[in-house]
Amino acid sequence: MPTKPAGTLYRGREGMWSWVGHRVTGVVIFFFLLVHVLDTSLVRVSPEAYTSVIGTYKIPLMGLGEAGLVAAIVFHAFNGLRIIAVDFWKKGPKYQRQLLWGVLALWVIVMVPFLIRHLSIVFGGH
Amino acid sequence: MASNVIAAPRSASMKYNRNKGGGSKFEMFAWLFMRLSGVVLVVLIFGHLFVNLMVGQGVHAIDFGFVAGKWASPFWQVWDLLMLWLAMLHGTNGVRTIINDYAEKDGTRMVLKTVLYIAALVIVVLGTLVIFTFNPCPLDASGVPLPGGFCGK
Repeated sequence: MPTKPAGTLYRGREGMWSWVGHRVTGVVIFFFLLVHVLDTSLVRVSPEAYTSVIGTYKIPLMGLGEAGLVAAIVFHAFNGLRIIAVDFWKKGPKYQRQLLWGVLALWVIVMVPFLIRHLSIVFGGH
Repeated sequence: MASNVIAAPRSASMKYNRNKGGGSKFEMFAWLFMRLSGVVLVVLIFGHLFVNLMVGQGVHAIDFGFVAGKWASPFWQVWDLLMLWLAMLHGTNGVRTIINDYAEKDGTRMVLKTVLYIAALVIVVLGTLVIFTFNPCPLDASGVPLPGGFCGK
């Protein structure tokens, strides 16, 4: 039976904060996924119901939300691969910090072109 | 803070007591599943995002016709089905872990996990049915095609 913790296992730095980031982004993605299956299910209600609700994804505020969602997904994806490397690669635990900087570098490399393309689609004249 | 930090496992001052477990391998399979499904999901979701947001008019192109066009092909039906199942199992197991970590009372944990499992089951069944029963030319109750569908040809 859990009572008051006797101390803390939280140590800060790259290891803890990547873990916090992985949990937070994971929960955000999960709740979006629930909503996303529901909105897609409207194709079984009527073409107009689907097209009208999916239309809200195209307004600029939602466009920014999608940018945030993709940012969360890309971090979760690359950090997930880092976790696999830490678990299965012999030198993974030793290089877990460097791997995190690699994750963040890849995140920037993917997000910059994504944002340029997506935001110009969302805010471009249509 | 330093004074109440728990010593790292395997440090000299720490006796390494690991629960031997009751013989169930469920948690080991759950751990392994997170890694295997994770690798597959990176490919499936990156592909999904690229095709739906980056190609052509991006998010502006998504409407009923866009979905009808994709699900006319078994390739995207299987892609989306696999993505739905793996993402829901991966996400549900992740949230289960978080509930186990933070909900201290047995009753709270049970209630939260029951809600989680019911929600996950509903979403997986609904999504699967939608993929397999999709009709590009839906009719209303009196047999007339609904506007916006693809019925001709």
